[in-house]
Amino acid sequence: MLQTASPNTDLAGREAEFDVELRKVFKVFNGETAVRGVEFNIRRGEFFSILGPSGCGKTTTLRLIGGFEMPSAGEVLIRGQSVNQVPAYRRPVNTVFQSYALFDHMNVRDNVGFGLRLKKMAKAEIQHSVDEVLELVKLESLATRFPKQLSGGQRQRVALARALVNRPAVLLLDEPLGALDLKLRKQMQYELTSLHQDLGMTFVMVTHDQEEALSLSDRIAVMNDGRIEQIGSPQEIYDAPKTPFIADFIGDTNLFEGHVEEADESSLLVRSQAGLDLAIERGESGADVADAPRLDRGSAVAVSIRPEKIDLHLYPPETSVNTFEGRLIQAMYLGTHVQFTVELSNGATLTVRQPGSGSERIALGTAVFVSWSPSSALALSR
Amino acid sequence: MTQSETSLPETPERAEDRADDLPSDELPAMSRPFKLKLSWQAGFTIAMFAFMYLPILVLTAYSLNASPYSANWEGFTWEWYGRLLQDRRVFSALRNSLTVATSSVGISAVLGTLMAVGLARYHFPGKRLFLGVSYLPLIVPDIAIAVATLVFLAAIGFPLSLWTIVAAHVVFCLAYVAIVVSTRLADLDQNLEEAALDLGATPVQAFVQVLLPQLIPGIVSGCLLAFVLSMDDFLISSFTAGAGATTLPMEIFSRIRTGVRPDINALSVVLISASALLAFIAEYWRYRSDSKQ
Repeated sequence: MLQTASPNTDLAGREAEFDVELRKVFKVFNGETAVRGVEFNIRRGEFFSILGPSGCGKTTTLRLIGGFEMPSAGEVLIRGQSVNQVPAYRRPVNTVFQSYALFDHMNVRDNVGFGLRLKKMAKAEIQHSVDEVLELVKLESLATRFPKQLSGGQRQRVALARALVNRPAVLLLDEPLGALDLKLRKQMQYELTSLHQDLGMTFVMVTHDQEEALSLSDRIAVMNDGRIEQIGSPQEIYDAPKTPFIADFIGDTNLFEGHVEEADESSLLVRSQAGLDLAIERGESGADVADAPRLDRGSAVAVSIRPEKIDLHLYPPETSVNTFEGRLIQAMYLGTHVQFTVELSNGATLTVRQPGSGSERIALGTAVFVSWSPSSALALSR
Repeated sequence: MTQSETSLPETPERAEDRADDLPSDELPAMSRPFKLKLSWQAGFTIAMFAFMYLPILVLTAYSLNASPYSANWEGFTWEWYGRLLQDRRVFSALRNSLTVATSSVGISAVLGTLMAVGLARYHFPGKRLFLGVSYLPLIVPDIAIAVATLVFLAAIGFPLSLWTIVAAHVVFCLAYVAIVVSTRLADLDQNLEEAALDLGATPVQAFVQVLLPQLIPGIVSGCLLAFVLSMDDFLISSFTAGAGATTLPMEIFSRIRTGVRPDINALSVVLISASALLAFIAEYWRYRSDSKQ
């Protein structure tokens, strides 16, 4: 089995606890700032994802770690050592490129052995390591093929093997599964997870696919417009987003813009711009995390309610809190659940998701009631 | 059969695929009696090929004609080809032409490749202007290049020789090599060099071991194109040639001024065949490297 290089120690002789550290890193291209003061620490052996929409600076951030870009300001550290002055070819990291960037003039074996040959490793040793890693990615039988003779999934495994064989301290993955079809992507997600568990290597993945990030990562950094908006476990990111952007970007949500009408220790009342009164329970559900800005009377907020947290009723429910009347305007059967679109009496539309087999069909245009518990809603500072 | 199919090694599943892929209507179509029906498109195509290649066929026929002067067929002979082989002036002109072509193509191969890579990788002010100017020799008429080069060489008092032809040929060969290599470069994965750096290659190693091998097909076909054009050039060569630096086209031209002779016909046929062979090799090379990789 492959093993990562032995841990380095930093200047003070302590064993470096983080494999990658970014300290207030900025990157400016021709006057355009792609990365604005990004800071994070990636723990040894962690599967860390950088998630964000296209153009948010996530790939640039990865390239700063890989050494393909040098920071305009700030510091990048790998295993406790500053690598600001270290070119890509002397960094203990390897990258799986989105396009794979395989060497078409070499067969699979030579592609995978490329890094080891540069290190002037003995032939027999290269042969052994290459065989080992090809077995790991299940490509033993295709070792003498050329990249152009492989399918997309096989090429992606070659790219993975070519990086892994060097036993990097950190494996960087740039949208690794972006070019694969859905079924293959699911399978490779599973294989990436098991590779990560088996190798214990630090993985840093860039993706725009929130589902992929949620299912694979130990921690996720959500980026938007060159900044990191939140770093946390998939559960934290999903259940307790810190900003309206994240609530909207990760999964589906219903957002209501408004301002705080009443605030006390345990609850908030928010009046939406459309005039709805929304009750929110403050507490562990994440509505106000320790470092979130204080929400007081008058604060501008966005209230987020996940579609699956909303109940749909044909008759008025017992409670009147967070209960609104509306009209069903759309129903979509999505396999494991049904997604309804409800138009509230004030014109706003709401997405509601209910598990169901589609048996309880409701005619479009029917008057319905929606409600949700105050603990399911989140107030996010604007 | 498509190119991609031929390039894949046979595996059992693939063979099966192929059997399934057979269009079901193909068999009845094949059993239908074959009828020769000339469509107007086919007629037009034949007329066009005749227009292009009939003169060459006539030339070939004359080169094998025993009659030295008349256009009448007086029997088959290899005599003119035999005479050609003993003609010292033709061989000296051929040697000059080859020297010019190989030198100018050699210089252009190196400079053109570096230029294409540099233009693809670096952004600098005035890049578009530089690009336009470097491809200008492809558009500017040969006579303009010829006159300009001659006037320039005369102005600085540089003595004309075989090497002034080389210098003038580099001007257009460079543009051809650069444009073909640029096209190949644009088809390559943008991250190739970075992938090599990532795996520990120094920038020089990345260029030599990864980028260059992938560019070779482009460099070779660009060089062959430039080689043929250099061998073929009459105008620029005759303006920039020094005393005694006679290239093959110049030799042919000086001979036909005294009337077309059968040995010139033979020489022309040899030249056409050699060019065709070179073009075939170039195409085959490109086809093979495309299908293997």
